[in-house]
Amino acid sequence: MSAQSPANAVGQGVPRLEVREKVFGQAQYVDDMVRPRMLHGAVLGSPIPHGRIKSFDKSRALALPGVKAVIVGPELPAHHLGAFIKDETALAREKVRYIGDPVAAVAAVDLATARKALGLIDIEYEELPAVFDVDEAQKPGAPLLHENYEKYVKVYPAEFSGRNVLTISTVSEGNVDQAWAQCDVIVEGVYESPAQAHAYLETNGALAEFDAAGKVTVWSCTQSIFKMQAAISEALGLPMAKIRAIATRVGGGFGGKSEPGTQIIAVMLAQATGRPVKVILSRDEDFTMMRVRHPAKVRVKTGAKKDGTLVAREFDAVYDAGAYADESPGVVGFGVLMARGPYRVPHVKSVGRGVYTNKLRTGAFRGFGNPQTAFASEANLDDLAAKLGMDPLDLRLKNAMRPGDTWVGGQKVEACGLVECLEKLRKQSDWDKRRNSPAPAKPGKKRGIGVACLSHISGVLATSAIVRLLEDGSFSLNTGAVDIGQGSDTTLAQICAGSLRVPLERVNLVNPDTDASPYNWGTGASRVTYTVGRAVASASDSVAEQIKQRASIIFECAPADLELREGGMVGVKGVPGKVLPYGAVAGFSHFVVGGPIIGTTALMFDGPGFDPKRALLRGVPFSNLGAYVFGAQAVEIEIDEVTGKVEVIEAWSAHDVGKAINPQSVEGQIQGGVVQGIGYALTESVEWDGGRVVNPTFMDYKIPGALDVPYAIHPIIVEHPEASGPFGAKGVGEPGLIGVGPAIRNAIAHAVGVRLSVMPFSAERVWTAMRGAA
Amino acid sequence: MQVELNVNGEQASLMLDARQTLLDALRVQLGLTGTKLGCNQGVCGACTVLIDGKPARSCLVLAAGCGGRKIVTIEGIADGAKPSAVQQAFIETGAVQCGYCTPGMILTAEALLRKRKRPGLDEIREAMSGNLCRCSGYAKIIDAVKLASERVPA
Repeated sequence: MSAQSPANAVGQGVPRLEVREKVFGQAQYVDDMVRPRMLHGAVLGSPIPHGRIKSFDKSRALALPGVKAVIVGPELPAHHLGAFIKDETALAREKVRYIGDPVAAVAAVDLATARKALGLIDIEYEELPAVFDVDEAQKPGAPLLHENYEKYVKVYPAEFSGRNVLTISTVSEGNVDQAWAQCDVIVEGVYESPAQAHAYLETNGALAEFDAAGKVTVWSCTQSIFKMQAAISEALGLPMAKIRAIATRVGGGFGGKSEPGTQIIAVMLAQATGRPVKVILSRDEDFTMMRVRHPAKVRVKTGAKKDGTLVAREFDAVYDAGAYADESPGVVGFGVLMARGPYRVPHVKSVGRGVYTNKLRTGAFRGFGNPQTAFASEANLDDLAAKLGMDPLDLRLKNAMRPGDTWVGGQKVEACGLVECLEKLRKQSDWDKRRNSPAPAKPGKKRGIGVACLSHISGVLATSAIVRLLEDGSFSLNTGAVDIGQGSDTTLAQICAGSLRVPLERVNLVNPDTDASPYNWGTGASRVTYTVGRAVASASDSVAEQIKQRASIIFECAPADLELREGGMVGVKGVPGKVLPYGAVAGFSHFVVGGPIIGTTALMFDGPGFDPKRALLRGVPFSNLGAYVFGAQAVEIEIDEVTGKVEVIEAWSAHDVGKAINPQSVEGQIQGGVVQGIGYALTESVEWDGGRVVNPTFMDYKIPGALDVPYAIHPIIVEHPEASGPFGAKGVGEPGLIGVGPAIRNAIAHAVGVRLSVMPFSAERVWTAMRGAA
Repeated sequence: MQVELNVNGEQASLMLDARQTLLDALRVQLGLTGTKLGCNQGVCGACTVLIDGKPARSCLVLAAGCGGRKIVTIEGIADGAKPSAVQQAFIETGAVQCGYCTPGMILTAEALLRKRKRPGLDEIREAMSGNLCRCSGYAKIIDAVKLASERVPA
């Protein structure tokens, strides 16, 4: 990788590669696709939260003109699915476990006919008692969701005990029980966070079509074409060689499109009818059938010395997993691994359990368990600061991790810009003034400012990249990584262009396609810039070496005497006139000597693992995590004294991203994350009445609009290069959201003195708390 | 029923079901898929089009009622390959992430700037507040509208 980046590549906020098609209305999302003879599919969800399927009768539905196929679960192979625990089938087979649990599917000539046919499928259920609360679910005699739980295949060393408990993760370092005696101040609290819906503007959908040789092509909005290929194979018993998964443009994902949506159902309907079938969920179906963020109840206890030095942290969390495991074991494991936070705390014990209930499954969502952890931990830390009589920002600075410190489990963290994040936050937000002598609020309002730190990871798992030099000296970059709107296509192309010193226009980004792309685990874990970027940089470097090797034959010199020059040239060091454009080298390679120049890299994230001599880890489905990332968040709020309504009036969000490959995209990730965090903190909560989601629409589930958030959301980019990252970069996809909830909660405490423990901080909740405090 | 629609300056004669929404007619019959379905109840604004110059939720409008009216969709905003001032500003400011809300955002902004040459920040926020975006946090969308407004000749 060359030290100098060319203009228009690394470090530049260049426009997205695909931006023109998006502003012209030409971007193709899956629902924009039409195939000849295409049918439309629809999915029937269970009407009851828990029951046995006694019988089904498809005859009335099949008799409806235009209906081409009706499939019910018991007709499918009994293949179980699940990212960590194989506890689900593509359609419910013997039991249904939540209202909305997919139980049948229809293909018809148009969508109206397909939906009408759903109402004509007669399924007889034996209704079973249901349980909707994690505490109730763990009691003896509570309804049991998965009678055969112990027999399910689990892909990690799962720990579980207790009724309806599907996973228990434990992380322990030092000796918490003995440490309390060393503490001068101890603060304990219980903090609850809600089920947040992803609410991507594009609902889940897929289109499947078989060819005459029995191979199926599946276009869908997904965060991973490779996970889709594997899941379809697993569910339907098709060989992976007969499945081609392609990503269309994706209208937002945020974790909700990591695991299958309607892909498997589209394939089974296409198989049954012999025609292409498109299955797009309606908004309320997406809300009630797919997945949401885990509601969590977290007990946190933190102890410190009088001077604010943190000594011990205990963390005990219960996560509502809903009816199926989905990504719960990962979310629970990651949530407990984040429980210490980015601080020096010698004694930590952290336990999390995931519990089945008869509700929608909960899964991956921006932050992956960390927003719940951060809310509880950072609220608790603020309460500790109050008890110590310390400025909450000073308390955080005093204990902040610094370069060379270790994460829980013993990994050394060399790149850590947390202190700089806090210092910049303090300066740019004018913290000391706003905290100690705030400007007067508008009449009838109370004003406050709050802070929270956050840490996260970017990394995990396998990825690969192929870079090809084309005959004219331009490049083709192929990674299989799906850009779900965050801008990774552009960032990866910038890394390639920067490594090879060509303008961005000379890099073609290949659309993810399992028939063409090398393996990539997926878009998630804030990993694409960091992990895929590493593969891209490495494959590009390999291409650079090959260019020099071929050019050395032409120049009759040693490859080491050659260098890449700006604009796509290779030349002899120290001899400005001795230079060839890449196109000449490519032509020589393609048609004379050596063959086409292709660089490939395949890698598994190889950072240090947890040290078993240092920490006890049980039931955690990760052996290592990735590069650690750090940030700090401040928000200023006003509370209406009459209604209790909280309004964020300004926000500052500082993140150490290692190196901002595309600063405009980094800012967009931060601002978008902050606003999603404001929604999580103030208005967003999926609500159930018994087993039924009562707000499955944008009318009743309130995501923030432009007037609900401040324009002044200040991204502060901090760059402490990560040695293992491409050009020093780390990820920033998830962090923007994580610190917002606790920062708002702590600002409310500053404004009106009430220390809330339940999110979201609705006007009613805040008003009630203010009345109680008065 | 047979309905004459004027979309992006072109006349089209469509056979429509009386219950069909304008969104459906645009996407399915005319193949103008730039207009998006987000919530199907008029909340998110992804389906925004201009009807006689005013932004409208095409998911709530019956297509059969649009005869004789001028409809503009995202496909009708650019001058050939040349983006409009609003589209160009969206490109430059980083206002586009997943892109699903973008067509509706651009049409709402076009309508605003045809009505008001130099709207203030709060006017822009107000005008854009009926279009939901889950990616951007709105700041760069507001920047885009502001930039476009500054480029429109006074």
